[in-house]
Amino acid sequence: MNLFASESEVLAPLASGWFLEHAWLIPVVPAIAFALIILIGKRLPMKGSELGVLSMLSSLVLAAGAGYQWIQRTNSASEEQFVEPVIKSWSWWQSGGFNFGIGQHIDGLSVLVLIVVAFISTLVQIYSLEYLRGDRRYTHFFAALTLFSGGMLAMVLADNMMLFLLGWEIMGLCSFMLIGHWWEDDANSRAALKAFFTVRTGDAGLLVGIAMLYFSANDWTQEHLGVSGFSIRGISAWALSGEPNSTVITIAAVALFIACIGKSGQFPLHTWLPDAMAGPTPVSSLLHSSTMVVAGVYLVARLYPVFFVGLDILGSGGNLIMIIGAITIVISAALAFVQNDIKRVLAYSTVSQLGYMMLGLGAGAWMPAVFHIFTHAFFKACLFLGAGSISHSASHHSFDMKRDMGGLRKVMPITFVTWIISTLALCGVFPFSGFFSKDEIIDNVGHNGYTNFMIIGLVGAFMTAAYMTRATYLTFFGEPRGASAGENLHDSHADHDAHAAHDAHADHDSHEAHGPHESGLLITVPLMILSVLALGSGFLNATPFGESWERMKLWVEPRHSEFAPELHHAPFTWSKASLSLLIVFMGIAISWLISTRLFTKRDPRLVGLTQRVKILGLGHKFLVNKYYLDVLYEKVIVRSIAYPIANAAYWFNQNILDGILHGFANSTRKLSGWVYQNIDQRIVDGTVNNSATLTKSIGTATQPTQSGKVSQYGALLFSAAAIAALVLVIINT
Amino acid sequence: MFVNQFLFLAAVLFCIGVYGVVARKNAVLMLMSIELILNSVNINLLTFALRSGSTDGHVFALYIIAVAAAEVGVGLGLVLLVYRNKKTISLDDLSEMRG
Repeated sequence: MNLFASESEVLAPLASGWFLEHAWLIPVVPAIAFALIILIGKRLPMKGSELGVLSMLSSLVLAAGAGYQWIQRTNSASEEQFVEPVIKSWSWWQSGGFNFGIGQHIDGLSVLVLIVVAFISTLVQIYSLEYLRGDRRYTHFFAALTLFSGGMLAMVLADNMMLFLLGWEIMGLCSFMLIGHWWEDDANSRAALKAFFTVRTGDAGLLVGIAMLYFSANDWTQEHLGVSGFSIRGISAWALSGEPNSTVITIAAVALFIACIGKSGQFPLHTWLPDAMAGPTPVSSLLHSSTMVVAGVYLVARLYPVFFVGLDILGSGGNLIMIIGAITIVISAALAFVQNDIKRVLAYSTVSQLGYMMLGLGAGAWMPAVFHIFTHAFFKACLFLGAGSISHSASHHSFDMKRDMGGLRKVMPITFVTWIISTLALCGVFPFSGFFSKDEIIDNVGHNGYTNFMIIGLVGAFMTAAYMTRATYLTFFGEPRGASAGENLHDSHADHDAHAAHDAHADHDSHEAHGPHESGLLITVPLMILSVLALGSGFLNATPFGESWERMKLWVEPRHSEFAPELHHAPFTWSKASLSLLIVFMGIAISWLISTRLFTKRDPRLVGLTQRVKILGLGHKFLVNKYYLDVLYEKVIVRSIAYPIANAAYWFNQNILDGILHGFANSTRKLSGWVYQNIDQRIVDGTVNNSATLTKSIGTATQPTQSGKVSQYGALLFSAAAIAALVLVIINT
Repeated sequence: MFVNQFLFLAAVLFCIGVYGVVARKNAVLMLMSIELILNSVNINLLTFALRSGSTDGHVFALYIIAVAAAEVGVGLGLVLLVYRNKKTISLDDLSEMRG
């Protein structure tokens, strides 16, 4: 039954513990909290938000406990021993011979993501206490946020694909509710619909993939492991057993990857992600750092054997995951240059960073990619919350960097410092966390023989450094503009009616100095915690300092496992690292020079360059229009399906139906002329007039029965029924 | 089996219900009377179901209970709205439909 039973008997028993055995409680707590918030939230003193924060805190405690015990478990195993995941499974429902299980699959990967999700969710909820104070749907916001985290947590620890799908779909639904939180504004509800439908397009692939894996793997897994073909462990072992038909597993892997493209905002389905900025900033932060978009990357990391075998990872030449990842890195980084909305810059940077994770996974750099999920969550959450802090306290709810920001480093010192730390982490500057993960990805891609893709990764690093410098410059340096300079404080209320919550807040503190100021503690404390992690989390897997620093690899990477492929790591060399660091510094320096010249000194050689040089202007227009992908989807694809159908229907209507109708109408008109003269005037009219007279007299006679009294009608009804019953009885006897 | 007793009970309930619908002026009481009528029908269904040994009657009785619950919900909603608009639920005062 168990492939590893004989092996593990010889070796030392693995440590386990209460938190590992009961990890399934982690998503159950927020699910219960969600129900409670919906039912009684509005009656609680803090309108249900305390339940959300408490549930996330307890999930965090449970996840941290599981993490601690998982570390103990890996330490209790010997160097050569496979650390078996803690799997528990119960029967969920049975239907027609299919047994759908529910349970937990706890290993290093899932524990890592569980901790990250619970941690970020907790901070985001605390931040939202302040950010959404006085919102008109405060309780519902916290309910949706809690369920959203619950969905992600359930998906992460799922032991089988059905539970995985459940969590995946809960997240899809909640992201729709949260992005469209201020749905009174038409743009917001359209962004929510766009996010939902774009992700749904990919989800079709997930269903196809799960079904294909089930039907091809079930027999094998039942026979060898005694689990169903939905089990993640079963599918992984099956994929590596050499058993599966290569065509089947390739199609299944491609189908699953299409779902990842939709969920993780990869090219060409990334268009929903920047529009998802319509939601409140805490939502963007949660969506784009640790949940939702990470789900697609997590799916690839979770079912890695399927992708490994199906898409021939580590084979010669590029595979689908790498190509998509590489394209995503470059095109979204390019888009980030032309955005004026600070949240959109961050959104495209998320898309680009997800491209790195995909590139890493596709190139066989599993551990660096997973580590990048971990570090990226902290600094990206910090950046988004920082953007929210600026809009909340300084730029009067505007996210426009060119119009309403600038020079904020003096008035918002805490936000500024946390932002700088996270930006350096995102750019991959040593010793910030992004360096240890992103550089590892690029290094391993090159080490595994994909030199071209490594170059794309380095180009992406250059672009990342450059667009983040531009955004930082526009926001924090230069002269204050617009709302940051204290202009239009009162006019802009009308522009932001969707942010009525904030207006309420603005009124509330209007007796204070109303210019730009630092945010309150509920906002700055999460920022500080996140920036500390953005700085320090990289040291958990600091490859430059040697083997003993690679803790994360020891804890998370499966070793000597029969359901994970054996991977090799690139040895770290400072020469390669210094090359990428040099590129990053060049990006920062060049972008800084251009930004100072263009935005502050208004250098005539740079201002209006896109108008003067035609090719640059065209490129700029191409970027501003987001490669015309939105146009392609909405105008071309949707219309090419909808228009021919509408045109065909119109033609049929005009020519065939109308032709029949016209011919029919002409002959009918002639006939009716005769009929009118002879039949209508003489026979019919006579009858009609007579019957009208008759009806009128009957009406007058029965008018008193129409008393308008219900009971009288009832009496008539029942007496009629009684008479009918009597008649029936008489006839039948 | 004493079918007659059950049928007699049902008939009595039915008549009380009809009386209530016809004679009562209070809309809520009329709704209650309608419930009586429905339940008398249920008794009939169950009686004949027991006699014939088939489960069809039981199924229908369950359906009727479910539909009756929905009907009471709608009915009380109507009564509530009428009361809000007219400050009365006396059926005699509601005769706008007079011919």
